[in-house]
Amino acid sequence: MSQITIFINDKEYKVESGQTIMQTADHLGYHIPRLCYHPKLSIEGACRVCIVEVEGVRNFVASCAYPVRDGMKIRTNTKELRQTRRDIVELILDNHPEDCHTCERNYNCELQRLAYSMGIRRRHFTGEKKHYDKDLSSEAVIRDPNKCILCGRCVRMCSEIQKVHNLTQAHRGFKTVVMPAYNMPFKESVCTACGQCINVCPTAAFLERDYTQELFEALNDKSKIKVAQFAPSVRAAIGEAFNLEPGRNMEGELVAAFRKLGFDYVFDTQFAADLTIMEEASEFLERLQSGGKLPMITSCSSAWMKCMEQFYPDLIENVSTCRSPMSMAGSLIKSYFADKIGVDPDTIYSVATMCCTAKKYEAARPELVVDGRRGVDMVVTTREMAWMIKSAGIDFLNIEKEKPDSPLGMSSGAGAIFGTTGGVMEAAIRTAYELYTGETLVDIEVEAIRGLKGVKEGKLTMDGAEIRVAVAHGLGNACQLLDIVRKEPQRYHFIEIMGCPGGCVGGGGQPYASVNAIPLDENALQKRAQALYDLDRHKTIRRSHDNPDVQKLYREFLQRPLSPVSHKYLHTHYHAKTPRGIIPRVELK
Amino acid sequence: MEKYVITLCDGTTCIQKKSREIRTALEAEIQKAGIADRVAIHLSGCLGMCAKGPIVIVNPGYSMYGNVTINDVPEIVQEHLIKGRPIARLTIDEDHLYNRFFRVFGDADFFGKQMRITLRNCGIIDPENIDDYLALRGYEALAKVLTDMTPQKVVETVKKSGLRGRGGAGFPTGVKWELTAKEPGPEKYVICNADEGDPGAFMDRSAIEGDPHTVIEGMIIGGFAIGSNKGIIYIRAEYPLAIKRLEKALADARKNGMLGDKILGSDFSFDIEIRLGAGAFVCGEETALIHSIEGARGMPRPRPPFPAQSGLFNKPTLINNVETWANIPVIILDGADWFSSIGTATSKGTKVFALAGKIKNTGLVEVPMGTTLREIVFNVGGGIPNGKKFKAVQTGGPSGGCLPEKYLETQIDYESLAAAGSIMGSGGMIVIDEDSCMVNMARFFLEFTQDESCGRCTPCREGTKRMLEILTRISEGQGQPGDIEKLERLGNMIKKSSLCGLGQSAPNPVLSTIKNFREEYEEHIHQHKCRAGVCTSLLTFEILDSCVGCGACKKVCPSEAISGKRKEKHAIDPQKCIHCGQCFMACKFGAIRKG
Repeated sequence: MSQITIFINDKEYKVESGQTIMQTADHLGYHIPRLCYHPKLSIEGACRVCIVEVEGVRNFVASCAYPVRDGMKIRTNTKELRQTRRDIVELILDNHPEDCHTCERNYNCELQRLAYSMGIRRRHFTGEKKHYDKDLSSEAVIRDPNKCILCGRCVRMCSEIQKVHNLTQAHRGFKTVVMPAYNMPFKESVCTACGQCINVCPTAAFLERDYTQELFEALNDKSKIKVAQFAPSVRAAIGEAFNLEPGRNMEGELVAAFRKLGFDYVFDTQFAADLTIMEEASEFLERLQSGGKLPMITSCSSAWMKCMEQFYPDLIENVSTCRSPMSMAGSLIKSYFADKIGVDPDTIYSVATMCCTAKKYEAARPELVVDGRRGVDMVVTTREMAWMIKSAGIDFLNIEKEKPDSPLGMSSGAGAIFGTTGGVMEAAIRTAYELYTGETLVDIEVEAIRGLKGVKEGKLTMDGAEIRVAVAHGLGNACQLLDIVRKEPQRYHFIEIMGCPGGCVGGGGQPYASVNAIPLDENALQKRAQALYDLDRHKTIRRSHDNPDVQKLYREFLQRPLSPVSHKYLHTHYHAKTPRGIIPRVELK
Repeated sequence: MEKYVITLCDGTTCIQKKSREIRTALEAEIQKAGIADRVAIHLSGCLGMCAKGPIVIVNPGYSMYGNVTINDVPEIVQEHLIKGRPIARLTIDEDHLYNRFFRVFGDADFFGKQMRITLRNCGIIDPENIDDYLALRGYEALAKVLTDMTPQKVVETVKKSGLRGRGGAGFPTGVKWELTAKEPGPEKYVICNADEGDPGAFMDRSAIEGDPHTVIEGMIIGGFAIGSNKGIIYIRAEYPLAIKRLEKALADARKNGMLGDKILGSDFSFDIEIRLGAGAFVCGEETALIHSIEGARGMPRPRPPFPAQSGLFNKPTLINNVETWANIPVIILDGADWFSSIGTATSKGTKVFALAGKIKNTGLVEVPMGTTLREIVFNVGGGIPNGKKFKAVQTGGPSGGCLPEKYLETQIDYESLAAAGSIMGSGGMIVIDEDSCMVNMARFFLEFTQDESCGRCTPCREGTKRMLEILTRISEGQGQPGDIEKLERLGNMIKKSSLCGLGQSAPNPVLSTIKNFREEYEEHIHQHKCRAGVCTSLLTFEILDSCVGCGACKKVCPSEAISGKRKEKHAIDPQKCIHCGQCFMACKFGAIRKG
């Protein structure tokens, strides 16, 4: 890195070498328009919206890819450039449905904003538009190729960050389309339903499967008892859908809004997170003490579940049999709670609001059915819930805060931090340490496993025994970590994996990035995480096993962690999956 | 009795024209005549005279026979081989030719203006026999490099020769070598781009089919120069004969110590593997080609970084096309000074062209840079057949421009062709006569590039589609005022903003035909007229008074648009006519006017 001199629009600047024109211009206060660019993904250079003029270079160059050089003279806003950019964006619009008014992403569409800022007020080149069937096969993620503008963000997200490689461009020329291998329906593809394609899509080519209409209908059904639960990270992010800064905790407002929407009971998935810790920490200690399969890997993340069953079936025995907190809460709502209020479980309609699209897939997993019924009847994302609250005319920002109901509503600080990467591990350590040593862990904030580093490692000593733990978030980082585990099975004792970058706070169902923000901006993820850490810090009870409602639940119903009752309602099992395109590991050998 | 060697062309075109059947017949006839002990039959690669194939050369005497059929075989044996009298009827030409690479044979006007460097052995040696190649200074350049030269010296020589990339862009080859040599090793790659995709182009295929070892030798020298041990030839699977000959040549080279560990006893090791392409045009673009080898979808990526810095598997990679590689051994053997004495100020050496379209000598030619288009079309190419008028020549494949008569004095080099509004490209050259419609021509090429666009960048994917729609409606008589300006606006935008060379050159056929044949576009739009009579929607058919009422037109009309009693003048109902032209072709009396 050295200082060089460049000229932007005839103004001289001293800048660092080794950066792209776009990065440099960003620092200097020139926002070059862009579309396919995403700072976390490789440079695609596809949209050509960020082109600039460089003196001495015959053609325009893509500023996202082109490095600055000493003496370079750059122009960002000439007449020809403006017309070229405008024409490029018009060409994208010309092959786009333009049903903005009825589109899910109306007001939240990068293409819409770009077209406006390019000044496209008239059209010159309209012609044939593409026509593809929507892929509605999946319970979680739906795909509408007609809205796709081929920026390739989803493809790069799926392959580079998540390493799932489900998506690719196929065919050529005007017929180019993004699809899974063999154009498989999403349900049958290797898609893990993580929903990150939705997060990075600038338009509505990917969306979660929308259940809001069904939910409004169910809420009006007088014959049902409507029960809500909501994930930790929903409260940390939903404010953004109401134009608040990232990182505002909206727990009280959410509970009140659920009641106003017509839910009869509002529970907190954080309670079930405490319960998960009781089971998971006990399972870990049992494996540790009885020589069971180690390292044990957490099982809260549904996208990770499917990823593991497809790509790491050899590690199935390493994965904790605990259900996710959502599914634990679901089965308790239809057993323990139904019993408590003395109703037939089938009259209960159980709805989970999640930061996650994969939870829609998880709720439908047949392995989770208990006594012939699903624990969670419907999952909606943070985005869907935000829309419902707006659509129902609830004044979310000024609403009086309320508290969740008993008996599945009270939670410890450990339950709250489930929503961010490292949180499950931190919560588990707090409990496992005490269960193992009989002493209370004093220094409960485990800094080593906090933050957005892809793979984090930590150590703790319990009664002289060294326990090595690791944490990965985002499936790509998870794969990296698990490849280490395959080679060195002894290296770790306990591993936490979350399918989404940043953990649940970066889930595929979280609010879209606001105007001028980047999807999955690290800053926003950190603020959401901080909201959860603050929540933890302000709680008097910060360890799951200290949660009195959890203790009561064990006394009244579950007996003890890992009891047969626990196993029936709180645990599950997995199967290796080989969708088309995956060669089973056995055959590889 | 005199001994004879018969050389039969075994290139793809001659094989199609039954050269292999001729060989069998020759062998049988020779056997029958009992002269097998003094006649040897020898196979060679393409000589370039595809229009006159199959080619049979009888030596000594350099008698070159063209358009040979099986029926000619007894005459060749009886007259030439037994009585010693060359057959004038089959001889292609009489003019004698003397040229550095052609002293071995002459007798063809076709070769008069040519100079063969990369094709020096094509048509002369048996491509499947390494001894043939060795006999003509084969692998001498490699030996010289390994014994007398340092890698730096090799790079210097290539740089000094002035050789530029023959794939189309014309980047100085020596500079590319120097950049790759400078990058840290040890893992580096050498790639030969043999993904020839231009419709109608077959330069690389013929070069490999005719002389695979030259390319291999060039690559080994390249590997030595930049410090690489691994070469890859990326060739399209549609070239089975070329692939077979490459495989044979690689095996022979390995057997003879030219490839593998410690080549020719030196410390340098190098080997080459073949990778097959699936036929995507865009895979000829270097970064797309690299993605394809890596197993990814063949899509170009933005440069920089260039492959010299980060190419195959993110390692420094030297990638040149077939023709560029084939120049290397000659440059090493005969020196940079000699090589740079050929050609123009900025473009040195020769260029191979595949002549196609409305030209007599369709085939492969190699001419020194600086040769004019007129010389290629009218001397080497033999001019336009059937007395038709020359209209334009399209250079550079589907992305090149169409140059009209006033540009015929243009000298072939990278800069002059660009200045005239076309490109050198990899060497496609299509000649167009007055029977071709320029709007239709532009539409045809654009349809190709639109189909072959990788779909990554917006201007190329969406822009060429809109241009194609406009061209289609113009050729169907639906053109609107302002369409030409829209084509120009889109075309210039696509050229300046596309990601790779495919998009940056895709509008060339349209822009150059608008520039040089604007009046044809205007006629289509404003007068609904296609002067070449190609755009069928714009044609009208009329029955003239000379009609004798035979009914032939009525019989073939698929839309029952023609009516009339027998032996009376018929008439066409313009409402029902679908402009198919069947009646025009059926009329034996010239009584139907098309226009």
